[in-house]
Amino acid sequence: MLEKKEVSIPDLVDESFKRIAAVDGDVKAFITLDEENARKQAEEAQSAGKTGILSGIPIGVKDNIVTKGLRTTAASQILRNFDPIYDATVVNKLHEAGTITVGKLNMDEFAMGSSTENSSFQKTRNPWNLNHVPGGSSGGSAASVAAGEVPFSLGSDTGGSIRQPASFCGVVGMKPTYGRVSRFGLIAFASSLDQIGPITRNVEDNAHLLEAIVGIDPHDSTSANVPAEKFSANLTGDIKGLRIAVPKEYLGEGVSEEVRQSVLSALKVLEGLGATWEEVSLPHSKYGVATYYLLASSEASSNLARFDGIRYGYRAENADNLIDLYKKTRAEGFGDEVKRRIMLGTFALSSGYYDAYYKKAQQVRTLIKKDFEDVLESYDVIIGPTTPTPAFKIGEIIDDPLTMYANDILTIPVNLAGVPGISVPCGFAENGLPLGLQIIGHHFDEKTVYRVAHAYEQATDFHKQKPGL
Amino acid sequence: MTRISEEQVRHVAHLARLAVTDEEVHTFTEQLDAIITFAEQLNELDTSNVKPTSHVLNMKNVLRKDESAPGLDREDVLKNAPDQQDGQIRVPSIIE
Amino acid sequence: MQFETVIGLEVHVELKTNSKIFSSAPAHFGAEPNTNTTVIDLGYPGVLPVMNEKAVEFAMKAAMAINCEIAEESIWDRKNYFYPDNPKAYQVSQNDKPIGEHGWVEIEVNGETKRIGITRLHLEEDAGKLTHAGKHSLCDYNRQGTPLVEIVSEPDIRTPEEAYAFLEKLKAIIQYTEVSDCKMEEGSLRCDANISIRPFGQDEFGTRTELKNLNSFNFVRKGLEYEEKRQAEVVSSGGKVEQETRRFDESTGKTILMRVKEGSDDYRYFPEPDLLPVYIDEEWKERVRASIPELPDARKKRYMEELGLPAHDAKILTMSKEIADFFEATVAAGAAAKLASNWMMGEVPAYLNAEGKELAETKLTPENLAGMIKLLEEGTISSKIAKTVFKEIIENGGDAEAIVKEKGLVQISDESALLKFVNDALDANPQSIADFKEGKKKAIGFLVGQIMKASKGQANPQAINKLLAEEIQKR
Repeated sequence: MLEKKEVSIPDLVDESFKRIAAVDGDVKAFITLDEENARKQAEEAQSAGKTGILSGIPIGVKDNIVTKGLRTTAASQILRNFDPIYDATVVNKLHEAGTITVGKLNMDEFAMGSSTENSSFQKTRNPWNLNHVPGGSSGGSAASVAAGEVPFSLGSDTGGSIRQPASFCGVVGMKPTYGRVSRFGLIAFASSLDQIGPITRNVEDNAHLLEAIVGIDPHDSTSANVPAEKFSANLTGDIKGLRIAVPKEYLGEGVSEEVRQSVLSALKVLEGLGATWEEVSLPHSKYGVATYYLLASSEASSNLARFDGIRYGYRAENADNLIDLYKKTRAEGFGDEVKRRIMLGTFALSSGYYDAYYKKAQQVRTLIKKDFEDVLESYDVIIGPTTPTPAFKIGEIIDDPLTMYANDILTIPVNLAGVPGISVPCGFAENGLPLGLQIIGHHFDEKTVYRVAHAYEQATDFHKQKPGL
Repeated sequence: MTRISEEQVRHVAHLARLAVTDEEVHTFTEQLDAIITFAEQLNELDTSNVKPTSHVLNMKNVLRKDESAPGLDREDVLKNAPDQQDGQIRVPSIIE
Repeated sequence: MQFETVIGLEVHVELKTNSKIFSSAPAHFGAEPNTNTTVIDLGYPGVLPVMNEKAVEFAMKAAMAINCEIAEESIWDRKNYFYPDNPKAYQVSQNDKPIGEHGWVEIEVNGETKRIGITRLHLEEDAGKLTHAGKHSLCDYNRQGTPLVEIVSEPDIRTPEEAYAFLEKLKAIIQYTEVSDCKMEEGSLRCDANISIRPFGQDEFGTRTELKNLNSFNFVRKGLEYEEKRQAEVVSSGGKVEQETRRFDESTGKTILMRVKEGSDDYRYFPEPDLLPVYIDEEWKERVRASIPELPDARKKRYMEELGLPAHDAKILTMSKEIADFFEATVAAGAAAKLASNWMMGEVPAYLNAEGKELAETKLTPENLAGMIKLLEEGTISSKIAKTVFKEIIENGGDAEAIVKEKGLVQISDESALLKFVNDALDANPQSIADFKEGKKKAIGFLVGQIMKASKGQANPQAINKLLAEEIQKR
């Protein structure tokens, strides 16, 4: 992509909109397009002669990242006409880097879901097979890149919401270390887990995009004061002597055979490049899903309380009084999955249950975090599948919350531990849908994660395959 | 044994300011009961000596200097307001 | 039955920082509605808080001034509840680990001193402000995010009078630390009171009611007085006090039921994930401690011991740091301590009350006040003239001595000059002479008045009295 600089910026942007016009009717990745503004910016960037590596690259932004003057909905009815009056820190950073935002991408409402079926606007479809989900919650972000509508997108990942759709759509998705990227302007789902990250077609692009958005932010207390790094300068292809840990829990029960085989093949490729791998254990990872649903829902119940119809967003009509206004607004504005999680979180925090549920989950989080620390003491990266299965069919499990939640079993522990994780394409299932390899690193060691991902990618050609849209 | 009753679901919905129909109460009770039952697998673990994790990174004392800057234009403040009057946001009376 | 009253107070004090606790919006009172806010104060989707260092230090300072232990680790929690003045539907507050705990404030009531325990002092954010407009309420978010400390007393207070004394003392201490203006009329100090009664000798507390809308210390006292009577009547007539929130009605002096509390409110506190813990080490503590000025009790003691002021004077003067500082500067400029005290407790507040002004808004300075007091002390001017000079210097400023000279207000003590005034008065009032000789001592007062009038107040009253007595005998 980045080599295409001989093409003019307006042409790049034009190409993006043409592709969107051609395929988004099927894929339905975008909620809102910003065509006029994007084309204007493209002209300005071209005449200003901007030469930054990301200058003029069209990008799609997940619709839970606020963009000043560009409708931001989090795919919820409660924000269906919300017009932000400020830009998220990552959006400011994108402006500085010179990318051009073409529009806002579909997602599960408030990032709650694993299939993008919980969007209150539309169901995004997997570009590899339109009957299947693109994954979620950043389904629009992954599908738009896979469909060639945009080369770059931003997603957010609370329990796997970048990596799982990247895996389902055959693209590269990175969840950085917690604290690496500012959350200011990311509509919070679960504050202690949320991270923004890039989705791209290849690892090098991904590293460049992450470089552009990282850094300590005076507006985000939880953004870490670690030096910015040139992840892209470290993509040497050399992984000789790399020590890989493969958790037995990641290739065990619940993981489909074809997924297992694809990971074992990937490990062979890595061995061929000079790495070694050993089986390890993350003994508490099986508790990840339960821990996650208690913690994330509790935080969400509080984070989503501000959507009350008072200062912005949807307000119900014909409310008898204030309390009625709150209840009607929220009942009409939120979808079922969001309500379910708000209720679960409210319950877990309520008097008499806090210790048994919320605090208990925080304690188990400590154990899960320690599992990762213990393993990473002796290994450079942890590798396993991103998801237990390839993309499922639209409507297949939407009515079964627990089965849906189980989809995130391999990604959730990474958020709980706060470490970085990437998903890169590692093959295809029998039905032709892509599979993803998850590479997990030390806190703030995205550099190694990218180096491994890149070496693997360059030794295979999965990333060069495109869906036949 | 059920972990959560319909009455509790109604109470939680009230705390969360969500209007719920009887049918929804019924569905939510079943679903939440299943999720809570599932979550109780955590009780297999003895965590009596485990510190809870609120922040995954060991950071502390992130403080800003006490410097002020002019606030937003009122026009921006009211831009997304569903209802307003005299430069303020209007809501149904808080007096019951 | 005789009842003992048990009172606990919750006092909210807004901190005088430049910016808000989590945003750069100005934290000042009195702006046009919704002009001092940022997206952070408005709880916009995606915003995050960053803690104001000054707010933490001010809270530490206040906590130290009321003898609290300072926590090594402070964390913030979310208190979840829906209300239109609460934009995020949670207030960032401190539940588990407040900045200060286990403090005390000493009060004096009817000559006896008593320690009132302070349970805790924590740092939180203030809410917006609601006003009522018919069927609607209007929200102004200027106040949202103003740093606030909540100070909770132990239930150690036994009378409304003690509650009043506690509040006065607490206000004085906080004002001395200069972390807040403590202006109830502007809402920078607010108070809720919990009150219950129990038969004397009983250990457990009775059911308490919470009083709100207490807009002055006087209303706190009145509200509590009403409430202790009301509760006693309820119990004496066989009823039960309900756990409820009551509003003090200023016009009737009664408390009115607002709402019955159904169990305890479920605020679903949990640690605020967007804010990190604050660790306060010894060095930081010492730095803040060093910035605390001499507090009212220490100053009161010093005024008594070093300046020889009566306890009453020392207490009144030290209730306000502004007054005490002014008083000390006046003494430093050469005024006698007791005279300076008299003026600072008498004419100065009388003038300020009458004019509705603050001391700082007048032209009075410690120097010109001391100059006037010196003239008075030396006998250059009479106390009556002093009042004229005072009015001049507090309104227009200037040097007292120069004013006295310029306006010819110097006291006349010269006997020959006074003798003329005395004899003129006696000549003009033969009836008074007669009255005096018949034993009506009051007649002298009348004559003195006439002389003062004729001398435009400049005659030395002691000298006049002496001369009058002598001259009247000669007639």
